[in-house]
Amino acid sequence: MDQLIADLKGQIVVQLKLKNIKREDIGDDQPLFGGGLGLDSLDVLELIVLLKQKYNLRISNPEDGLKVFQSVRTMAEFITANRVQNM
Amino acid sequence: MNDPVFIVGAGVISGIGNNAAESLDALVEGKTGIDKIKYLRTNHSDLLPAAEVKLNNDELSAMSGLAPAISRTAMLSMIAAREAWDNSGLNKNIPSLRTGFVSASTTGGIDKTEEFLTHFLIDNNRGKLRNIINHECGSITTMVAEKLGIRNHISTISTACSSSANAIMYGARLIKHNMLDAVVAGGTDALTRFTLNGFNTLLVLDGEYCRPFDQNRSGLNLGEGAGYVVLVSERVASLLKRDPYCALTGYFNANDAYHQTSTSMAGDGPYMAMSGALEMSCLQPPDIDYINLHGTGTQNNDSSEGAAIQRLFHPHYPKMSSTKSFTGHTLGASAGVEAVFSVLALHHGMIYPNLRLQTPMSAFPFVPETAFSRQPDLKHVLSNSVGFGGNCSSLIFSKL
Amino acid sequence: MKAYIRSAIAISPQKTFNNPAFLDDPAEYRNSRLTSIEPDYSEAIDPRSIRRMSRIIKMSVASALACLKDAGIANPDAIVTGTAYGCLEDTGLFLTNIIQENEEPVTPVAFVQSTHNTIGAQIALLIKCSRYNNTFVSGGASFENALQDALMFLSENNAANLLVGAMDEITDMSHVVLSRLGLYKRQPVSNLNLFDTNSKGTINGEGAAFFLLTNTSSPNDLACIDAVATFYKPEAATELRQLIDSFLVSGSINYSDIDLLILGNNGDSKNDEIYSQLQQSVFNGIPSINYKHLCGEYPTSTGFAAWLAANIIKQNNIPVVLNQGKIPKNKINKILIYNHYQNIYHSLILMSSC
Repeated sequence: MDQLIADLKGQIVVQLKLKNIKREDIGDDQPLFGGGLGLDSLDVLELIVLLKQKYNLRISNPEDGLKVFQSVRTMAEFITANRVQNM
Repeated sequence: MNDPVFIVGAGVISGIGNNAAESLDALVEGKTGIDKIKYLRTNHSDLLPAAEVKLNNDELSAMSGLAPAISRTAMLSMIAAREAWDNSGLNKNIPSLRTGFVSASTTGGIDKTEEFLTHFLIDNNRGKLRNIINHECGSITTMVAEKLGIRNHISTISTACSSSANAIMYGARLIKHNMLDAVVAGGTDALTRFTLNGFNTLLVLDGEYCRPFDQNRSGLNLGEGAGYVVLVSERVASLLKRDPYCALTGYFNANDAYHQTSTSMAGDGPYMAMSGALEMSCLQPPDIDYINLHGTGTQNNDSSEGAAIQRLFHPHYPKMSSTKSFTGHTLGASAGVEAVFSVLALHHGMIYPNLRLQTPMSAFPFVPETAFSRQPDLKHVLSNSVGFGGNCSSLIFSKL
Repeated sequence: MKAYIRSAIAISPQKTFNNPAFLDDPAEYRNSRLTSIEPDYSEAIDPRSIRRMSRIIKMSVASALACLKDAGIANPDAIVTGTAYGCLEDTGLFLTNIIQENEEPVTPVAFVQSTHNTIGAQIALLIKCSRYNNTFVSGGASFENALQDALMFLSENNAANLLVGAMDEITDMSHVVLSRLGLYKRQPVSNLNLFDTNSKGTINGEGAAFFLLTNTSSPNDLACIDAVATFYKPEAATELRQLIDSFLVSGSINYSDIDLLILGNNGDSKNDEIYSQLQQSVFNGIPSINYKHLCGEYPTSTGFAAWLAANIIKQNNIPVVLNQGKIPKNKINKILIYNHYQNIYHSLILMSSC
């Protein structure tokens, strides 16, 4: 889980082209939206693409995305839960 | 500067017909053009319906007189613009006319660019150059203008889904400023993998047939097509044998300045566009008899546009409908296609239905028309367009 | 309708941005691709807004915001842009993604920002400008159409001001494609010697230029834009001469009133023939300068030329790097920019001192 969280932080910084924010600046439980990272609805779509490209997980509407993307930890939990199901 | 501008010609091609007469038949009969994707080569053809023009590129080539290897966007433009130009009667009369072609597009020749890149990405020296030379939207316009024999003014506008409305506004202003006598104005866009995948990645495409202004709507279907009107000054209109269809009495463009891809929930942009157009035409909201809605079927658009309509028209709601339930969203062409539909609605006294509307949106006290009706006393029709980047335009067409 | 230029800002392959000196230290390039000299954008654009912006968006937004700041205008009455290619980098990125990922979900931001009106929209969004917003994509007449729209807008509205801009970018992909089309010199050439080569091909350029135009004068105006015209594929030099004649007649101008011509020579011998034909006829005897050795050839290069003209008029000075022969003896009051892009669109922009 810790490794997954660390990976995700790096992937988020790259996918969302975050400037002046390093992976270590993002807290495991820090809210991704409305929490100082300055993310908006286009970033939800970018994160949905990230999940598809890196983890082959599909989210088909932005509202579901917002639940999954509450924090890096909720993203990691979503990935872990759905990966297990797929296996 | 406040001289009226008249509409003396119209031409359209879309998923519901290859000309104005065929389109009108489909609108009267309530026959949608949305179907399984058949002509565009895409992995999404089983999942995402769209309203394609029901002709392959060879057939379009034969109809347009352009080579089959030319962008589909150009062929659609050629067919509709020529219909409008021929329909106006200006193509043969009055040789000293100062003429213009103002065409809008968002895709330009990108269908061919994609073919080019498929080879180019493997090796920089590959890819046929003839597939890339018409990438620019502007080169589609000049190609068609040359075929029409128009050369005093040729320009291209691209403001996403309101592009054609802005082209019609610009054409009208060129006439009002006495720079031109007649302008063919509107726009064109083919269905492409670029736009299909683009809107798909924004998660705004409905996997079923779209349901604009329905409580349970879940996105838009893309379409393709082209639509043009011929605008002339009063002097030119008086030289023609036939009466003009109508006058373009109002137009306005405003920016919602809220978000790159969505409009504000209060509908500020569409509200300003409609109010501005009304003010220009010296009309009050109750004077409008029919609104051709932008009505894409996305959550955001219909809520935002609906809110703007409520703010402006409550409690006197005109009849309204989204013809995107027939044609899909033809993007840069949509305001041109819908301008032609608006002109025909006025001319024939018709209100088109908003197809597949079952549960009206609970947020609003009004309901778009669900059945076709004849209304011979239509006087003023408003057509709305909203594009990416908050670009909102409204046009008002008025019977003479 | 004449428009007063209250401010003009360019980001170009020269040191034109945030630089009070006027082209006194020309940048030299020894290949066929001139690249804009970009500033540190963190001062010009809010860092939170910048992260997704491609190069052309950054160049344009920074120029636009600086232009508004210089003019002391927070929110203009209109924003009009002209770009032939639009946001090419994002377009190329999204197309490449579709092809390489075989239509699997790909980055939405590149798609959204590939839209041609992205720049006008981004400026509106950043300054919350809810007014008229339009974008022309008319190839080599894109900037001229934007100017025509601007001039009409100013005559339709009392005491109005607007932001008008020209922008195009080179991407790695576009440079390869345009090179394959044979547009550029095969042999390396210094841009500063562009007009001495007498060979085929030109050099590729790019840039963004923004202007704040008003219909009321103010003490700090740089210059005025008097008139703009475009001509589509004039059939021969005779037709072009007639069109130029009638353009000047409609503005009640004689050829002898023009103090300086800014010509679109680009170093390609065939392309430049028309300029020398005109200089041997209607333009005979009028001092002239070229500008494309500084910014390269691209469809909206007249944006750079108009920036140049505004500064020449304001400073009544032609930088040494532009002196290519006869220069005006008297004060420079009227400048005519004449350009054609690949002999498709020809254009005239008439500017004067205020």
